[in-house]
Amino acid sequence: MAGNAEHNTELGIPAEEHGAGFPPFDATTYSSQILWLAITFGFFYWIMKNVAVPRIAGILEDRKDRIAGDLSEANRLKDETDAAIAAYEQALAEARNKAHGIASETRAKLKADQEARREKAEADIADKLKAAEAHISGIKTEALSQIGDIAGDTTSALVEQLMGKAPTKTDLTKALKSAMD
Amino acid sequence: MANDPISQFKIQTLFPIEVGGMDFSFTNSSLFMVATVAAASAFLIFSTSGRGLVPGRVQSVSELAYEFVAGMLRSSAGTEGMRFFPLVFSLFMFVLVANLFGMFPYFFTVTSHIIVTFCLAMLVFLTVTIYGLMRHGTKFFHLFAPAGVPPVLLLIVAPIEVVSFLSRPISLSVRLFANMLAGHITLKVFAGFIVTMGAAGGIGVAGAILPLGMTVAITALEFLVAFLQAYVFTVLTCMYLNDALHPSH
Repeated sequence: MAGNAEHNTELGIPAEEHGAGFPPFDATTYSSQILWLAITFGFFYWIMKNVAVPRIAGILEDRKDRIAGDLSEANRLKDETDAAIAAYEQALAEARNKAHGIASETRAKLKADQEARREKAEADIADKLKAAEAHISGIKTEALSQIGDIAGDTTSALVEQLMGKAPTKTDLTKALKSAMD
Repeated sequence: MANDPISQFKIQTLFPIEVGGMDFSFTNSSLFMVATVAAASAFLIFSTSGRGLVPGRVQSVSELAYEFVAGMLRSSAGTEGMRFFPLVFSLFMFVLVANLFGMFPYFFTVTSHIIVTFCLAMLVFLTVTIYGLMRHGTKFFHLFAPAGVPPVLLLIVAPIEVVSFLSRPISLSVRLFANMLAGHITLKVFAGFIVTMGAAGGIGVAGAILPLGMTVAITALEFLVAFLQAYVFTVLTCMYLNDALHPSH
């Protein structure tokens, strides 16, 4: 067998195949090959065009749509989340503002209250001060009016001691008046 | 089975069919065309039958193939080119599966016949030409007169463009055919060396390790080539379709 193979290889195309020559260039086989190629390739093209290609294209399209759908759904959810976060932050800011408002209002109220009390206390003190001053001035006037009597008594006593005789009331008053003015 | 490196490409009639003196026999080539179509269709349809939102392993292979071809077409012909997607995807899957089927021992490689690759290339060529003419009318011929070229140079450039346009189906088909053919012949020759040297015995058996290593390496290379040629065929198809869509570029 092996020897035979060598033999054939050495000889090239064996005599029994002559006429056919090199098979791909044997024109007698062309008609059959063309026909069967047309049939098989035509059928293959038909199958590809009507079954395989639309099906694979459909699968890929579905997948693309699904991915796009999932992405847009994810985007929508993200937007919702963002909106919720924004609403929460706004509410928080509002609450903070409100709290701030309440605090400052309370502070203002307390301040005003305190101010009023302080003013009232000051007014009270001023009143008491006035009353005390009036009292003092009363006492002072009284004391001053009594000074004249005391001076008269003292003067009359002195004059009596010196002169041996008490001055008249009229003279005394006159002298005192001139001395005190 | 004959052991010369050429006999693997031989067309063998399985069911003789003759119509009007023409031979339309069901051959081993036809059988592997049917097998290619059946395997590719079955894989693409059954792997996606679950329509899983999260793809399983087989489904992601189908999706990967789809995305791969769609990316190729979109990058070279724009989103407008997606109208040709079923054609481009069919071409890619057909060529790829046919090439990979050829990697099984004793399997026939459909794409190792010039007539098959030429028909596929002509399909692309005619699609480009007919669609381009239908859509753009005479403007389609702007393809042969690139913008910004001085009129004097156009006398030289235009014929070159015409020739390169007309030779596209040839280059497209020969590239695929020659790659598959050469790869399979190389594999067969190296594999034949193993047998020949092994038959010599002793030193021959030891020496046969070298072609064995080569065969393993070339097998790996051929898997790469099988994919790469399907890719190249498809990417060129996409670029030609771009011409049909935007001839003024």
